Amino acid sequence: MAAPETSTAAVPTLMTNNSLRNAFGGVLSFFILLLIGVLAFSIRLFSVIKYESVIHEFDPYFNYRVTQFLTKKGIYDFWNWFDDRTWYPLGRVIGGTVYPGLTLTAGTIWWFLNSLNIPLSVETVCVFTAPIFSAFASWATYLLTKEVKGAGAGLTAAALLAMVPSYISRSVAGSYDNEAVAIFALIFTFYLYIKTLNTGSLFYATLNSIAYFYMVCSWGGYTFIINLIPMHVLLCIVTGRYSSRLYIAYAPLVVLGTLLAALVPVVGFNAVMTSEHFASFLVFIVIHVVAFVYYIKGILSPKMFKVAVTLVVSVGLCKLICGPLYSDISACITSGIALSQAFDVFTRSIKYQLPGVSSTNELDAGETSSATAEAQNDAVKTEKTEETSKDRPSRKSKKKEKEQVEKPSTKAKAEKKRLLALPLEASVIALLLLIMLGAFYVVHCVWAAAEAYSAPSIVLTSHSHDGLHVFDDFREAYGWLRHNTDVDDKVASWWDYGYQTTAMANRTVIVDNNTWNNTHIATVGTAMSSPEKAAWEIFHSLDVKYVLVVFGGLVGYPSDDINKFLWMVRIGGGVFPHIKEPDYLRDGQYRIDSQATSTMLNCLMYKLSYYRFVETDGKGFDRVRRTEIGKKYFKLTHFEEVFTTHHWMVRIYKLKLPKNRIRGKTKKSKSKTSSKRSGITKKNPWH
Amino acid sequence: MGKSSSSKDAQALFHSLRSAYAATPVNLKIIDLYVGFAVFTALIQVVYMAIVGSFPFNSFLSGVLSCVGTAVLAVCLRIQVNKENKEFKDIAPERAFADFVLCNLVLHLVIMNFLG
Repeated sequence: MAAPETSTAAVPTLMTNNSLRNAFGGVLSFFILLLIGVLAFSIRLFSVIKYESVIHEFDPYFNYRVTQFLTKKGIYDFWNWFDDRTWYPLGRVIGGTVYPGLTLTAGTIWWFLNSLNIPLSVETVCVFTAPIFSAFASWATYLLTKEVKGAGAGLTAAALLAMVPSYISRSVAGSYDNEAVAIFALIFTFYLYIKTLNTGSLFYATLNSIAYFYMVCSWGGYTFIINLIPMHVLLCIVTGRYSSRLYIAYAPLVVLGTLLAALVPVVGFNAVMTSEHFASFLVFIVIHVVAFVYYIKGILSPKMFKVAVTLVVSVGLCKLICGPLYSDISACITSGIALSQAFDVFTRSIKYQLPGVSSTNELDAGETSSATAEAQNDAVKTEKTEETSKDRPSRKSKKKEKEQVEKPSTKAKAEKKRLLALPLEASVIALLLLIMLGAFYVVHCVWAAAEAYSAPSIVLTSHSHDGLHVFDDFREAYGWLRHNTDVDDKVASWWDYGYQTTAMANRTVIVDNNTWNNTHIATVGTAMSSPEKAAWEIFHSLDVKYVLVVFGGLVGYPSDDINKFLWMVRIGGGVFPHIKEPDYLRDGQYRIDSQATSTMLNCLMYKLSYYRFVETDGKGFDRVRRTEIGKKYFKLTHFEEVFTTHHWMVRIYKLKLPKNRIRGKTKKSKSKTSSKRSGITKKNPWH
Repeated sequence: MGKSSSSKDAQALFHSLRSAYAATPVNLKIIDLYVGFAVFTALIQVVYMAIVGSFPFNSFLSGVLSCVGTAVLAVCLRIQVNKENKEFKDIAPERAFADFVLCNLVLHLVIMNFLG
């Protein structure tokens, strides 16, 4: 329905004029789209230019490791992958617990490039997957908006999506996470849905289900789609906009989509068993009832009016039965949406689109779903309102073109009238202001991409009066582990660093960021909160050889293990009640200075973090907590320090062997007396 | 509400429905039969599941969804080839059938994968 058939105009001169314009417009918008793709790709490269081509943060390291496995071992081994190098000694079934879309996409790209004899490393492919797919996402946005409003609006929307900061934050080069491909899949699925709605073709319905399948593969956020589309269908039905095209767009999607979703191992039977999918089934039933009623109505309307009245009675009865259903569904959906921040943006975008609704009748079926799609991407900003309202004159003229296909001669008149509505000066000034606003928005986006969202978080930088400092301690530590420990050694750390340890150091870890087993995490938390001997026993029972702690006290890195420590205590105490949070707090305050409790000063985390710390400046001043530490001189009895990075950000300790412990028993009793508080003040055991 | 009048209404309604349906072209009637058969097959499976249990859940799911999917796609085809639906004028019946076949192929490919 949206396909503008302007070339059917009667007047020949106008026709050639129009087709010429269309041809020019087509070529121009092709090149604009190309440039938008380049923009979307290149605005995300700041992280590579400012730092280097590395994978960022935590989860991307896991995805990277999975991709490496996929490219090395192949797809079947990937599906059956039981990873014994994490969650030691439990292991983790990876093939059945990951959304495979991202990994398979990057693996396919890598395989394709290699078969063309372009020898890129897997890491490079992973780093650049997100920027490539954000270009695809902006093209999909163009298609979506074009389907709803027209080419001009489509180009604007694509340009906005290419540089909207919230999307950039999840898709800079190196941010190799599920959202990298999922946002594209999301928009493309909505586009195909609206395309199906507008054409009523089963072909597009099939494509729509396949796009939905890709979305299910890539991200748990597919539940947005399977709740938003039923909501749109329900809205259409309630407002009396049901059409056969709606049925063709929705019913095959539910059946095919459910089956396809069930094919993905991580979803499996959840596709029919869990509540977030029920809304779609309920609406599936509702649409069948409604379709049947409409069909009967269509057959009977030319017949006797009396029969129609009896029919209306039956329809009323049916509605009475369905009444409670409606409220159930809406409750279901609102709870689903409340999970995301989308709802706020959604209402805002509805408000902005409302004036358009009144003027277009057949197109606004797609209107709401486009709004929801954009709400998903957080693409709708207040700036967008300005930007699109700037775009409105051109759009309006396009709309008019569509409406007045039969009598193009009136078009010119209408346009003249519209132009006369505003004084020239005012409109010029308004346009200039809007262009300025748009330009500022672009500047803001580029700034956000360059400054706010490009830090890889495994390499840190700081600017100080004597220039730029680079803290590359994490990779230094993981590199040390990789080169200096045995390949089967187990490394214990808080779960935050699990993915990075397995990916970068290739060592077995006890817990990692896939926090699927609370007891296991609580065990590590308990060990960190226990005194040295008890901690040693716990770690030894887990066959741990090395313990890794992150410590920011020397350089002022605030997200270190001491700041996370209360969580270890809480999680540990949740399973092992002998760990009590109040023991670590002095009058409800968390402190590590001389006022701290003795439990705190004797727990493993404190000792591993602050061991030998006083040697750095002679006072033991912690620059994160901004205080001198409470216990400065102490020895380790069950652990020995094996490596500390350049800025002390990562410290690695080795568990002493049991026989050493037996021999050291006499030593221990000595050190106990020496480490008593009175002993500390008298002498420093290190001198 | 008089009982006799309502029953008369129902009779009139039944008659008009019958006469209206009699006017449907034959090819649409064939599709209706096909849809009815698919729904019937799905019902048999659901009843069987209720009696025997849903143990190979893959098989049950793929069986029922195969029937439901077939019915839904046939309804879509029926909507598209119905000459009274003016909004599908630009989709030729041949095109509609080709789409129908494609969609069915995808559906049953997926089902064969899912059978387990």
